[in-house]
Amino acid sequence: MTASAVAPLVERPDAAPSPNRRGRWRRRRTTALTPVAGLGLGITMLWFSLLVLIPLIAILVQASSGGWQAYWDALTSPQTAAALRLTVSQALLVTLVNIVMGTAIAWVLVRDRFWGKQFLEVVIDIPFALPTIVAGLVLLSLYGPSSPLGVDWANTRVAVFLAFLFVTLPFVVRTVQPVLLELEPEVEEAAASLGASRYVTFRSIILPALAPAITSGAALSFARGISEYGSLVLLSGNLPYSTEVASVRILSYVEGDKLTEAAAVASILLVVAVLVIVVLDIISRRVARHV
Amino acid sequence: MSDTLARPAPQTTPSRGKVVTVRSRSPFRWVLRVVVIAYLFLLVIWPVALVAKATFSQGLAPVLDALQQPEVVFAFKLTLSVAFWAVLINTAFGIVISLLLVRYTFPGRRALSAMIDVPLSVSPIVVGLALLLVYSGRTGWMGRALESAGLQIIYAPPGMIMATAFVSLPLVIRELVPVLTEIGTEQEQAARSLGASPLQSFLRITLPAIKWALLYGVVLSLARSLGEFGAVKIVSGGVAMRTQTATLLVEERYQQFGVENTITAYTASFILALIAVLALVVVTSLRPKENQP
Repeated sequence: MTASAVAPLVERPDAAPSPNRRGRWRRRRTTALTPVAGLGLGITMLWFSLLVLIPLIAILVQASSGGWQAYWDALTSPQTAAALRLTVSQALLVTLVNIVMGTAIAWVLVRDRFWGKQFLEVVIDIPFALPTIVAGLVLLSLYGPSSPLGVDWANTRVAVFLAFLFVTLPFVVRTVQPVLLELEPEVEEAAASLGASRYVTFRSIILPALAPAITSGAALSFARGISEYGSLVLLSGNLPYSTEVASVRILSYVEGDKLTEAAAVASILLVVAVLVIVVLDIISRRVARHV
Repeated sequence: MSDTLARPAPQTTPSRGKVVTVRSRSPFRWVLRVVVIAYLFLLVIWPVALVAKATFSQGLAPVLDALQQPEVVFAFKLTLSVAFWAVLINTAFGIVISLLLVRYTFPGRRALSAMIDVPLSVSPIVVGLALLLVYSGRTGWMGRALESAGLQIIYAPPGMIMATAFVSLPLVIRELVPVLTEIGTEQEQAARSLGASPLQSFLRITLPAIKWALLYGVVLSLARSLGEFGAVKIVSGGVAMRTQTATLLVEERYQQFGVENTITAYTASFILALIAVLALVVVTSLRPKENQP
């Protein structure tokens, strides 16, 4: 039922476990590092630093290497600013759609029963599992030049929107679903029996319970949206000032050997990614405290 | 119930005890169901089906021809070997770091557990650029020293393995941490007090307990690794027969003219999609077992 390739990020080792594990959970016992564990920590931290930390720090160092003015100039050059505006606005728009549709999909998957529901469960995860370049090809087949629908949205802003929508599909669904599964229908029945309309029940009973999960899913889908690259390559045409997104801008700076400018744009995406992780961490701790 | 009787009768049926069944017949539920199915059909199901159709649009023969092209065979072999090493590294690293995060306290533990997730939300292009800045043989911080020592990382398989390992880094850890938290350490302590070595207690107690979670993690990482595109594109250079992976081949062939190239792009995409969906089905069909106590 809760099978998903996008396990909720909210579950963290040091936060309390998610509600569905409440019954079987044992109190965590931690000890100080033993020499063997210390050695393990040393080796893994060395690898983690070489792979993740040092390269990410290199981006910030490279971005600041030309000074504040150069950094600002790189971000406000017309083409880059247009790319950043497009990326952020489309990612926000897609996140809004996901908040509504993701919650609706989660609702249908949890509360409704019909033939083929299991199939939809798999469908939700396809965008997460599919290679992004294939995702672009997939969307192109229905919304591109040879579309059976008679539309051709390739190389337009609609294509950017569709690509973001496709790759971010699972996030809100998969964060909301487990919470909805735990929500007891009795409370809603009680509200209804006390005369609450369906709208009132939804607003004052269901929505507050789902809010942290929806926020987490929204944050994830925003982060995924602004960082998207692969699905746009074949689909959006990467036209400057029109369909060029931030990632593509970085790539063309790299190909033009302008590493400082590339790092400047990358630093923005990196900061957003880290902020999203921090937001998720705060939400998971808050939820853990209230469970 | 007595207050409700005093109110004007609600619009729903009088049998209040069966609210759920009443709701399931409401038009609202039908509308929602239809909207959701239509949305998923237009966004995922139909487009994916069309790719399968386009792959076999000229029959089976061109697809089989495409699969025999040396570039295609090479690209898939390279993709498999890069993914294999990345998954192997992530699995070993993932087991150790999950054990550390769950069982030990050390300074920076919370920061580390948050940093682990960064690769999931950061752009693959940013990952590629980050690795380039450090390991490029021309301008990188360490690249020059490594290159003069005879180790080329960027535009070579080591860089591609690193990029792939980076983007799929958290997947094993996120599967293992909840399970390790749940199983606790009592059994291992019992084994140790009966004289088992740490290795024995890991192999005989811990590993069997986490094997399903580990398997999901590995399957997910493998699927993610086989499909990685952006990060690998920057660090590999994408030279056919040298550093071109399957996803890079799809891009190149799709942008070239001619039906044959298009069919090749679709064939490679079809195989990649097939692997992804298979991985998904494996994970979905295995996972419920874990949820049952």
